[in-house]
Amino acid sequence: MKKSSTSVQELPAAAAYRPTPPPAWRPRTDPAPLLPDPEPYRVLGTDAAAGAEPALLLRLYTELVRGRRYNTQATALTKQGRLAVYPSSTGQEACEVAAALVLRAEDWLFPSYRDTLAAVARGLDPVQALTLLRGDWHTGYDPYEHRVAPLSTPLATQLPHAVGLAHAARLKGDDVVALALVGDGGTSEGDFHEALNFAAVWRAPVVFLVQNNGFAISVPLAKQSAAPSLAHKAVGYGMPGRLVDGNDAVAVHTVLGEAMARARRGEGPTLVEAVTYRVDSHTNADDATRYRDAEEVETWRAHDPIRLLEHELTRRGLLDEAGIAEAAEAAERMAARLRDRMNAEPALDPADLFAHVYAERTPQLREQEALLRAELDASAGEGAGEAR
Amino acid sequence: MTAVGTVPVAAEAAKPATMAQALRRAMRDAMAEDPSVHVLGEDVGTLGGVFRITDGLAAEFGDERCTDTPLAEAGILGAAVGMAMYGLRPVVEMQFDAFAYPSFEQLISHVAKMRNRTRGAMPLPITVRVPYGGGIGGVEHHSDSSEAYYMATPGLHVVTPATVDDAYGLLRAAIASDDPVIFLEPKRLYWSKAQWSQDAPTEVEPIGRAVVRRPGRSATLITYGPSVPVCLEAAEAAQEEGWDLEVVDLRSLVPFDDETVAASVRRTGRAVVVHESAGFGGPGGEIAARVTERCFHHLEAPVLRVAGFDIPYPPPMLERHHLPGVDRVLDAVARLQWETES
Repeated sequence: MKKSSTSVQELPAAAAYRPTPPPAWRPRTDPAPLLPDPEPYRVLGTDAAAGAEPALLLRLYTELVRGRRYNTQATALTKQGRLAVYPSSTGQEACEVAAALVLRAEDWLFPSYRDTLAAVARGLDPVQALTLLRGDWHTGYDPYEHRVAPLSTPLATQLPHAVGLAHAARLKGDDVVALALVGDGGTSEGDFHEALNFAAVWRAPVVFLVQNNGFAISVPLAKQSAAPSLAHKAVGYGMPGRLVDGNDAVAVHTVLGEAMARARRGEGPTLVEAVTYRVDSHTNADDATRYRDAEEVETWRAHDPIRLLEHELTRRGLLDEAGIAEAAEAAERMAARLRDRMNAEPALDPADLFAHVYAERTPQLREQEALLRAELDASAGEGAGEAR
Repeated sequence: MTAVGTVPVAAEAAKPATMAQALRRAMRDAMAEDPSVHVLGEDVGTLGGVFRITDGLAAEFGDERCTDTPLAEAGILGAAVGMAMYGLRPVVEMQFDAFAYPSFEQLISHVAKMRNRTRGAMPLPITVRVPYGGGIGGVEHHSDSSEAYYMATPGLHVVTPATVDDAYGLLRAAIASDDPVIFLEPKRLYWSKAQWSQDAPTEVEPIGRAVVRRPGRSATLITYGPSVPVCLEAAEAAQEEGWDLEVVDLRSLVPFDDETVAASVRRTGRAVVVHESAGFGGPGGEIAARVTERCFHHLEAPVLRVAGFDIPYPPPMLERHHLPGVDRVLDAVARLQWETES
């Protein structure tokens, strides 16, 4: 009783204390302009399609058809034991191709392991792009030749690299934008968060493209993220989020193009979420029937990126049966060349094991190289003995 | 005659007297000589780092050359990877040893491997400065000796200075290196003036050489970083007992200077490896094995290890019991009077 009366006496004084919050108390910027539109941006099948350049449509189409064939050929090569593994991007080709075609020569691409197609569409030798997956070396190409960073296997770890490179380029006064690719699963990684935060704080000229293909191996998006959309994550970092139909190559190209232009103008990074679907399994080693139903796959097959574009091109009279056949034949020739070259045994030099660990071999590596050399000489000697 | 052999007054005044000053001077000189050298990390700018090692760099070179980053170690090191890809030489500060752990994926999967992954096309000249070790009364996560993790990762150089001269020379060498270097700074020596030569440090020698800090004939103490002064003190104390101890300061854990170490042990016939980090799975095991492989027939006793206990770094009020001190080193030396049981 006494206790209660004491606190009653104290309460009014406490309630009277209503300090003025400091200015930093309120949100610093208006989040509304950063929010993605509720519906993914689409061009094909809408009125906006009429404005699309015929040359761009045809270029995208050729690359899509080539990309699809590349995916089927690479998957076939896994069955022949020529590739250790292949993560197909069938169904996602529109994202891959648009990502490559939106870049200028001086820009950089930061792909993940599923983005071989983007690297090839960027101009990489189709065989060199597969070296990682064949197993004769980790990166089969010089990243500086086409400005394509090594395909990254750990998820989202390439994103901070893209930020650092874009930041460095800007410090040097170079007009360079970095485009970094990541999947829906990758957005859960810490490096995704750190990269987006750094990019926004530094206003780095970088664009993040999330290819949301529905599944991280077997885990569906609903178990991956509770965000309204992955594009909404941008708002928390202070950058705009854009949502786009990932099967609409023209729409992806447009949205990425706007984001690249924005970065180039010094206005900072953009997060683009392309909603698409991985029609094949995660890799040839995965069985997608265990975690998704056929009906869902068929729905997405009906929304095929190649057919969407083909429909638009034929409707506008830019493509006929002969043109379709021509694109298919060009893709077939690429596949045949790829097959032939992949069937040749790669020349492996065991000395490579020690050549690129450090600029100069350490004394320890020199000892180990001598050991390997002696082993190789001995086995060569044995081989000669057997031949006799 | 010009003033050959004299040191200008300004240079004299600027001569580093402590390890902290030498480290700062090394970064300052590297930044002045090479515009591609950039310093980045948490608090390195305006504050000058929590240990003030980067003090003045932002003021002199601007905050684009000495950059306060968001608080995110993976992001700091990951951004440094991209910067190095574009031709810069990032010098990253990890505020404390145990704060570097979030950056390990970047370090191990990318920093250490990028040259290898790209067959030499994409070297990463990154220096990662890590204040490490105990003895400063820090609370948990502020006193780890994490060198074993770095040593176990091919593709990284791992160096650690014990003197003012080496703090300057090795950091210059690390920044100049075309390979990633983990630069472990023994934080309890930051303000020590030990082993500072009177000449202004100018020599930058390649990474990978150990030095004999104190010549001796009866046993070799093999050590590095914060344990070097401990071993030197132990050697002085042991002299009264008739032990003439040689002290080898490794300076570089990777690459490892087998030659200097083995030459010393062959001379003395006895060896003790001394370090702060846990003994089990620690650097001492590797070093003892290498010494045994090379010097077996010269050894009069087993190679002994004096290391931190195999415990998580203890709270500050107990750390003196954990850290290998002079007495523990001397006890090990006494055990080197190895006699086989009859």
